[in-house]
Amino acid sequence: MSFALDLFTVIAVAAGLVFFLAGTVGLLRFPDSLTRLHALTKADNLGLGLIVLGLLPQAADGKDALKLVVIWLLTLLGSAAASQLIARVARPGVPPEAPPK
Amino acid sequence: MMDVYMMDAYTIGLAMLVLVLAVWTVVARDSFAAVVGFVAYGLLLALAWVQLGGVDVALTEAALGSGLTGALLLGAAARLRVTERPARSERPGRLTHLVAALVAAGTTSALGIAVLALPDPAPTLAHETAANIEATGVHNPLTAVLLAFRAVDTLLEATVVLFALIGVWSLAPDRAWGGRPGPLHRVDPQGPLAFLARVLPPIGIIVGVYIFWIGADLPGGKFQGAALIAAMWLLAIFAGLSDTPRTDRRMLRLALIAGPVVFMAVGAAGVVIAGAFLGYPEGLAKPLIVLIEWALFPSLALTLALIVAGPPARAET
Repeated sequence: MSFALDLFTVIAVAAGLVFFLAGTVGLLRFPDSLTRLHALTKADNLGLGLIVLGLLPQAADGKDALKLVVIWLLTLLGSAAASQLIARVARPGVPPEAPPK
Repeated sequence: MMDVYMMDAYTIGLAMLVLVLAVWTVVARDSFAAVVGFVAYGLLLALAWVQLGGVDVALTEAALGSGLTGALLLGAAARLRVTERPARSERPGRLTHLVAALVAAGTTSALGIAVLALPDPAPTLAHETAANIEATGVHNPLTAVLLAFRAVDTLLEATVVLFALIGVWSLAPDRAWGGRPGPLHRVDPQGPLAFLARVLPPIGIIVGVYIFWIGADLPGGKFQGAALIAAMWLLAIFAGLSDTPRTDRRMLRLALIAGPVVFMAVGAAGVVIAGAFLGYPEGLAKPLIVLIEWALFPSLALTLALIVAGPPARAET
């Protein structure tokens, strides 16, 4: 059983690292801000999500596992809001955070 | 203890990244880029402190050194944007270059010599702290040092942020004196920033109070907790959900000084009761430390947030 769990951890974390690698390459290689943001979200959302998923069987107890999931959810919230804000500034011709009429 | 000093790939990589970011922050000519580098540098430094077992220092570095200082520097960089271009076209003369290089090289070598000349093993008061911690009633040795053995340092720290706020306020133009700090933030109420400012603060406030409360026994404390609370308030202000208070409100000013005043009152009472400034009478150390912490926490959160909010800028109510 523990071998199966360890195997699961290795596979999930490795898959997460692939997304981090792809996101980093995209961040360095993509031509403009919007596509670079797109690359970055892959690392934050899927990469970190898969790493957290892989680490869940290794957590000491349910509390630690819950903390890992909460860290992932907070990162999702932060990166989603931040990339929306950056995208609004980066988009040509669209005023960032237009005030309501 | 051995594994702490073991050089593994993670430690070496972290150290290299910290050094590279430090150099990049200094070399970057654009102040906004330099600030972003500084924030990333601070967060990596926090990881380095975790690696060294200094979780208390790591929390402080992340919350204050990188977080709030980063926000302050971003504000400064935004103000300097107007002068950025003319400043960049100026080329310092050869003499300036030479003097700067000499001063930098001298400082670096002096620091290097000082580090190399440190006695090995380093002088430590850790044993005395461990031997006397029982008398304070707290279990986190850092809290015992900061609020019992070296309480006077903490008193000065808590007072100096208040002086910093007075310094920030004194930059206000005459017509805005006593008004609300910073610009009025008009933000799309359905936008991502307003959404974040509605979802994050409940979580941030709980974490902030937890970090403050756990400080007696585990890494954490009032400064780190207060920085988090301040950040949550600032988030609501920047998202236009809340506004900064008028700085001439008496209640606000009382709240700002309440913490340091309680700290000083306890210290002065110590002269009479325990025979020394900030001396705690036998058996009362823990309740007095808790009292000081509870009084300082809200004052610090308010002070830190208002330092970032900036000088009073709007005279209207």
